[in-house]
Amino acid sequence: MRFMVLVKANKDSEAGVLPDEKILTAMGKFNEELVKAGVMLAGEGLHASSKGARVRFSGGKKTVIDGPFAETKELVAGFWLWQVKSKEEAIEWLKRAPFEDTEIEIRQVFEMEDFGANLTPELREQEERTRAQAAARK
Amino acid sequence: MTAADIHRTIDAVWRIESARLIAGLTRIVRDVGVAEDLAQDALVAALEKWPEAGVPDNPGAWLMATAKNRAIDTLRKNALHERKHEEIGRDVETVEPDPVTALDDDIGDDLLRLVFIACHPVLSTEARVALTLRLLGGLTTDEIARAFLVPEPTIAQRIVRAKRTLTEARAPFEVPRGKEFVARLSSVLQVIYLIFNEGYAATAGDDWMRPQLCDEALRLGRILAELVPSEPEVHGLVALMEIQASRIGARVNASGEPILLLDQDRGRWDHVLISRGLAALARGEKLGGTPGSYALQAAIAACHARAHAAEETDWRRIASLYEMLADLTPSPVIELNRAVAVGMAFGPAAGLALVDELRAEPSLASYHLLPSVRGDLLFKLQRFAEAREEFERAATLTRNARERALLLERSAACGRAS
Repeated sequence: MRFMVLVKANKDSEAGVLPDEKILTAMGKFNEELVKAGVMLAGEGLHASSKGARVRFSGGKKTVIDGPFAETKELVAGFWLWQVKSKEEAIEWLKRAPFEDTEIEIRQVFEMEDFGANLTPELREQEERTRAQAAARK
Repeated sequence: MTAADIHRTIDAVWRIESARLIAGLTRIVRDVGVAEDLAQDALVAALEKWPEAGVPDNPGAWLMATAKNRAIDTLRKNALHERKHEEIGRDVETVEPDPVTALDDDIGDDLLRLVFIACHPVLSTEARVALTLRLLGGLTTDEIARAFLVPEPTIAQRIVRAKRTLTEARAPFEVPRGKEFVARLSSVLQVIYLIFNEGYAATAGDDWMRPQLCDEALRLGRILAELVPSEPEVHGLVALMEIQASRIGARVNASGEPILLLDQDRGRWDHVLISRGLAALARGEKLGGTPGSYALQAAIAACHARAHAAEETDWRRIASLYEMLADLTPSPVIELNRAVAVGMAFGPAAGLALVDELRAEPSLASYHLLPSVRGDLLFKLQRFAEAREEFERAATLTRNARERALLLERSAACGRAS
C-alpha cells in the first residue's frame, strides 16, 4: 500500500528561508535510507505559499486568490510517497525522520481497487480519462 | 497501545530491520541459519518484553543489541568446541578483528552478501526463492506459502533444508568476484523476476498475498539497485518490473478477462511506476555498455509506456530492439514477437516473411500464437481463405476457452470478408 507523508509549513518555509546545512544533511541521509530500503516512490519540497494561488469555487463563480496564505500550520510544505506493507511500517519509518517540533501527517493513498463497487464503470472511465490527460501533459 | 497494536508495530520493525539484522549476524557467526535463529530469538524477546515495557525509542538498535549478545554467547559456546574454535578464531582474526563493532560497519556489503548467499547455486531455484523472501523480504513462512499456493510445512521444510545445504556446502558469506560475479548476479536477478512473475500471474480470486509478490519483487529490485548501482542489468530489471507493474490495474476487465496490451485503457496505467521505470532505464543506459536482456525487454516495455495511445507506438524501435534481443538470446518466441513488430512497423508483408521462416521451427509446432499471428498478417493482406485456416488451427491449439472463442470469431470474419 502507499502512503502520502505530508510535511507542514512553518515560519521559515513560508518566509522562503531554506533549511540550514545540518537539517539538509540529516534529511538527505534519511531520504537515502528510504531509497535504499525500496520505500521511497517520490518526494518533493514545495515553495512558500506566496508563490502559489487558490481557486475558490462558489456556486458557478470561480475566484482566484493569490498567496501567501495565513494559516501557516495548515499549509503543506512538502510530501513523500511511500510504498510499504502496512500503516505501522509507514509510522516506523516516519519515527526515524529527523524532525523537531512539528506534526507530520500520513495518509493512505487510494488505489483503484479501494473504490470497489462504489465506482461505476462510467465514473471509473471518466476518472481514468482525466488521469490519462494529466499524464499526457507531463 | 493495545497488545495487537504492539504486535503490528513489531511486525513493521521486523520488516524494516530483519534483513540487516540477519546480514550483520551472519558476518559474525558465519552461518546464515544460525544468524536467522539468533534474529528470530531477538524477535521473540521483543514480543515478550515490548507489550509490558513499551516499544523502545530505537527498536532496531534494541533488536540488534539483543541479537548481538546472543551471538557472542553462541561464539563463546562454539569456541569450546576445539575445531570450531580454530575456525572462528581464524575468521575473526583475518576477516573481522572485532565482531561486535563489525556489525555496525558496511551494512550494505553485508546485505549484498546475504543476497548472494540466499541465491547460492548449491540451492534449487525454489529454495532460492523461498530463502530470498524469508531472509531479505522478512516474510513469514505462512506468507510465502500463501503466495505460492502451497502448504506451509512445505515452505518451512524447504527453508530448513536450504539453510542446512548452505551450512554443509560451507557456502562462504561473500560477494563473488570477476566472472563469477556476473553469473551469480544474473541468478539473483532471475530469482527476483521469478518472484515478480509469480505475483503478476495471480488472478483475482487468489489470496491477496499473491499479487503482493509483485511489490516484494519490486522492493527487492529497488534495494539491489542501490547495493550494486554500477550494474546496468539491475536497473534494466527494475525498469522492466516497474513498467510491467504499471499495467496491473489495466490488464483485466470487470469480469476478470485479460485485456491485450494494445487494447488497454492507458489512463489506468500507474504513471508513478512508469516514470520510475523510465528513470531506471535511463540510469542503466547512462552506465553504457551493450544492453542486456532485461534492459532490452525494459526498453521494449518503455516504447509502449511512452505512447499515449496505441497508434503512437514506435514499432520501428520495438522491431529493432527485438532484433537485438534475438541476437543476445536467440529464441523462436522472440523471433515471433519481432515479426509482429516488423509487421506493425513495415507492413504485414514484411512481418509475414519473418513468420514464414518460423513455420518449420519444431518448438513452435503446437504454439497457438504462431498461426494466430500468421492469420492476422494474412487477414491484413486480404488473403482471407488462408487467414481463416490459420485462425482455425490456432483455435484448436489454444487451451484458453476465451482465446478460442476470439480466434473462431476472427475465422468467421474471414469467411464474411472473402
